[in-house]
Amino acid sequence: MAILQVKGINKRFGGLQALGDVNLSVEENSVHAIIGPNGAGKSTLLNVLVGKLIPDSGSVMFDGQSVLGRKPHEINQLGISRVFQTPEIFGDLTVFENVMIPCFAKRDGAFKMNGIGDVKKEKDILEQAEAILDDVSMLDKRHMHSASLSRGDKRRLEMAMCLVQEPRLLLLDEPTAGMARADTNNTIDLLKEIHEKRDITMAIIEHDMHVVFSLAERITVLAQGTPLVEETPENIKGHPKVREAYLGEAQV
Amino acid sequence: MLGLNKKDFGLLCLVTFMAAAAPILLNPFPETSTLSFLNAGYPALMQLFAIFGIVLIGFNILFGLTGYLSFGHAAFIGIGSYTAMWMYKLLNFNVIISIPMAMFVTGIFAVLIGWICLRRTGIYFSILTLAFAEMAYRLSYSVLTPITGGETNLSPDPINDPMILKGENGLTVPHLFGFDLNAKYVAEVGNWSFTFEAGYYLCALVLVLSFYLSIRVFRSPFGMMLRAIKANNHRMGYTGLNPKPYMLAAFVISGLYAGLGGGLLVAMDAQAGAERMFWTESGTIVIMSILGGAGTLLGPILGAGAIKYMEKILSSISESQLHSWLSILPDGLEDFLVYILANFFVGHAWHLTLGLVFMLVVIFVPGGLVELGQRVASRFRRKGSEDALVSKETPAE
Repeated sequence: MAILQVKGINKRFGGLQALGDVNLSVEENSVHAIIGPNGAGKSTLLNVLVGKLIPDSGSVMFDGQSVLGRKPHEINQLGISRVFQTPEIFGDLTVFENVMIPCFAKRDGAFKMNGIGDVKKEKDILEQAEAILDDVSMLDKRHMHSASLSRGDKRRLEMAMCLVQEPRLLLLDEPTAGMARADTNNTIDLLKEIHEKRDITMAIIEHDMHVVFSLAERITVLAQGTPLVEETPENIKGHPKVREAYLGEAQV
Repeated sequence: MLGLNKKDFGLLCLVTFMAAAAPILLNPFPETSTLSFLNAGYPALMQLFAIFGIVLIGFNILFGLTGYLSFGHAAFIGIGSYTAMWMYKLLNFNVIISIPMAMFVTGIFAVLIGWICLRRTGIYFSILTLAFAEMAYRLSYSVLTPITGGETNLSPDPINDPMILKGENGLTVPHLFGFDLNAKYVAEVGNWSFTFEAGYYLCALVLVLSFYLSIRVFRSPFGMMLRAIKANNHRMGYTGLNPKPYMLAAFVISGLYAGLGGGLLVAMDAQAGAERMFWTESGTIVIMSILGGAGTLLGPILGAGAIKYMEKILSSISESQLHSWLSILPDGLEDFLVYILANFFVGHAWHLTLGLVFMLVVIFVPGGLVELGQRVASRFRRKGSEDALVSKETPAE
């Protein structure tokens, strides 16, 4: 069953057609990669999915509900979490506080006024936060100032912040951009583990073919704002249309 | 204790003790000494310490926790003052009515102004708040004169005002259920004289309560959300949290504290004027906050105290006082120093001293007086532990 259904999305920026008639469906419990050369419209598509951009036409349905026109926090509360290209964490707060905040968001919703209670007495929140930090093996860094973490650890922390909300769909925007090979492999392992352990549907936007082919079960190739092909990884390799998009027109 | 951990409870006790003992602690010099001029333990000044401490505690919940810099908080003090004054004029002089009403009306204004200003962040938010405060100030001198008294200020008029709850022989000064807030007890101990005034103790009580509430807010999930907004507003939305209502709540809470401060000002001295809302007053609140240490618990109280002290004490030091303090120096040097100090650092030139202190703090201890205190304390502690280390090693050698 498709958990995310994108139909006929168009988005223009002035004279530029960033997205033209994009159709896409992400199956539940799958890892779906969206690839394409620079300027193909990958990030625009992602921004539409998380409510940052409103398309000119088309529809985005998540689990039978329209996502369009909703604010980022509403989309998150529906069960879509996002991991950013550069890890977005609460830099001024400790690692532990960083994971507590999504726990509160999950339990109390988008807004709850509790100005009298004591954070340290919220047993269930503390337990959840501790468990997730243990899962991503960061428990030893719980008291660290999160801004001083390494890039790889920031990514791990961001992932933990998303996972603790038990999202139904995890959107990843180039999760390994700017990482060294070793960090990239660690991230791939982490994502694999998450997928296997938690059955979370993932949509990955990625540049790095190594990452894509190690993770994805289905791949959509985007070029100039339109999807070219949607196939399994085996069939994507050597697909003439894909070669064309990446390497330019075939010479006769 | 009271839902606080040990350290916070200690802080609360410290503030309670300081507030209770202020009339003694702030009067270290005997009346007969030439330094008695530096004493700050008289009611009018202690009231200001407490009231601005309260305003700053509220401001700190907004600026210290969320990082949103409001440049218009003086307007809320003004609104609180006018409301309290109208309660005197329409009902009676009991502050049990005027102070809560001051908070209530300020709260309504804070909701409206906050709702509009919070559509923007950063410097644009600051400018919008400044615009509202200036509007309040200008309007109270022009079209709102019937409500604000304009240039002549607003004060109660026992003959013409309705004062419907006052009764036949009711008090015509601010009181608490008939207990005159100006009532005072002066204790003469040797050459010292300590004044305990009812009005000050009302302010001190409210200060301690405000401080207690602010500790609770700091430690609460709500406080954590506010710090998250400061750390990364953008991430909030993608974590499923709506930053808007959190910000508005913080803004309204800080507005309520400012309204409370305004109400107390009028409870101590029954007159209200628009100059309380001028933008430099809002600026002073910001400076107090940074000087004391934004985002810390004690910072607001220290900042408010330090600046109000300088404003009242430094500004009224006269040349003859300087002469009497420096008389031990050789004549030429004495005259020279007095000339420099009197013309550049005290009296009407006290702002320069404030400016220098502020600059030094921002450059060397960005965390304000609280950080300064922590650094001094840790220096002593390190020295202490080093001594301990040395004494431990000595026998081994």
